[in-house]
Amino acid sequence: MLDLKGYGPALLEGAVVTIELAFLSLALAVTLGLIGASAKLSNSRAAKWTATAYTTLIRGVPDLVMMLLFYYGGQVVVNMISDYVWEAYEIDFFFQFDPFISGVITIGLIFGAYMTETFRGAFLAVESGQIEAARAYGFTRWHTFRRIMFPQMLRHALPGVGNNWQVLLKTTALVSIIGLTDMVRVAEEAAKAERMPFHFFIPVAFVYLTLTAASELFIKWLNKRANVGVVQEG
Amino acid sequence: MAEQAPLICRDIHKTFDQLEVLKGISLETRKGDVVSLIGSSGSGKSTFLRCINMLETPTSGDIIVHGDPIRFTKNRKGERIPADNKQVELIRAKLSMVFQSFNLWSHMTVLENIIEAPVNVLKVPKKEAIERAEAYLNKVGIYERKDYYPAQMSGGQQQRAAIARALAMEPEVMLFDEPTSALDPELVGEVLKVMQSLAEEGRTMIVVTHEMAFARDVSNQVLFLHQGVIEEQGTPDKVFDHPDSERMKQFLAPNF
Repeated sequence: MLDLKGYGPALLEGAVVTIELAFLSLALAVTLGLIGASAKLSNSRAAKWTATAYTTLIRGVPDLVMMLLFYYGGQVVVNMISDYVWEAYEIDFFFQFDPFISGVITIGLIFGAYMTETFRGAFLAVESGQIEAARAYGFTRWHTFRRIMFPQMLRHALPGVGNNWQVLLKTTALVSIIGLTDMVRVAEEAAKAERMPFHFFIPVAFVYLTLTAASELFIKWLNKRANVGVVQEG
Repeated sequence: MAEQAPLICRDIHKTFDQLEVLKGISLETRKGDVVSLIGSSGSGKSTFLRCINMLETPTSGDIIVHGDPIRFTKNRKGERIPADNKQVELIRAKLSMVFQSFNLWSHMTVLENIIEAPVNVLKVPKKEAIERAEAYLNKVGIYERKDYYPAQMSGGQQQRAAIARALAMEPEVMLFDEPTSALDPELVGEVLKVMQSLAEEGRTMIVVTHEMAFARDVSNQVLFLHQGVIEEQGTPDKVFDHPDSERMKQFLAPNF
């Protein structure tokens, strides 16, 4: 039996942190991706410009640099706001910019940029006749989006979203660098203290592998559901 | 008072960039009219049909659906746009369209396709919408395919399903945009037969078509369009057998 030298519960808690971090970041990334894609495809030049600036900036800067920037920079910004609010209104407003929050924001922002591109391509792949039929039958814009665009876009988006999710899940490991006690951080401490790197890092690797394998199955199932009514070729 | 005309179009112009595609087309229908729009490709007949339900916004001219004129305004660039999207949606719900490439929603079954607009746009109770849909599916002869997805059916069946979808709106006017042009020759007949039965029921239909036999035998009004203008207009008898226009004569003459 695997002896985790008393680090078992801490590792388990770390794994839960990893999963929470991944899901919250995913929710943020998908939201930003949908907004970003809609902005890029909109007629408003300001919206297009903002979204393009966002994706260009995010995709051009290393994840780690961004993470450090948000963690240390984020606290500075909160402190400034806090000082201002106290001086101006005598209201005591403050919150600690902890590693978890900065992790969610950073990873959400990074993958929001990738999702923007994924969703943009997927929206463009929806046949124009499908949208035209909706308009011709008196659908509102929102109804067209909800009932026709979105479900059909998903077919094209899911493979890319699945890919992004797997990379996102692995990127959460970076948050250990800014001090979040996720699974990787616990394993690192244990491995150092016990001088047993394989003993602690291999189980961690397996947890990631299990998570990605399980998501692969889930995405396959989602894909099948989204592609109902499509005759598979070949 | 005379019965309200289901659709009146007055002097419709449409310009894309510099190109004037429609140069003043007018059309007045009475209830039960079957109007065929014929002409070669690029004559503007499909564009005119798409202007009627505002899939294209006419550059100038009026569209009056059952006494209700579509209101227009101008955007900042000075282009003409509908003044009230709500009004356009309401009018579109009264003019159901059948497309050349069917455009059934591919992620929905046939039945779901047919009840979608009645339930969500017309707010018909779902149970009633399903009964209505089943009746129309029976009428077009594909009731047994109601739980199929569009991709699982032949082109002719898909187009008949699309006609059932149009019927389920119980529209003032049905617009057909080359409904048989994407079909294999052996499937054209089944769709034309359904359309003929609709004409016999007294439904008001406007049909863009290359099927001259249909235009001649089923419609009571034929418009021949050439380069954005109506070259010849009248009963099938007049247009096909006694045309005034040289172009119409050329269009009809078989040239091998």
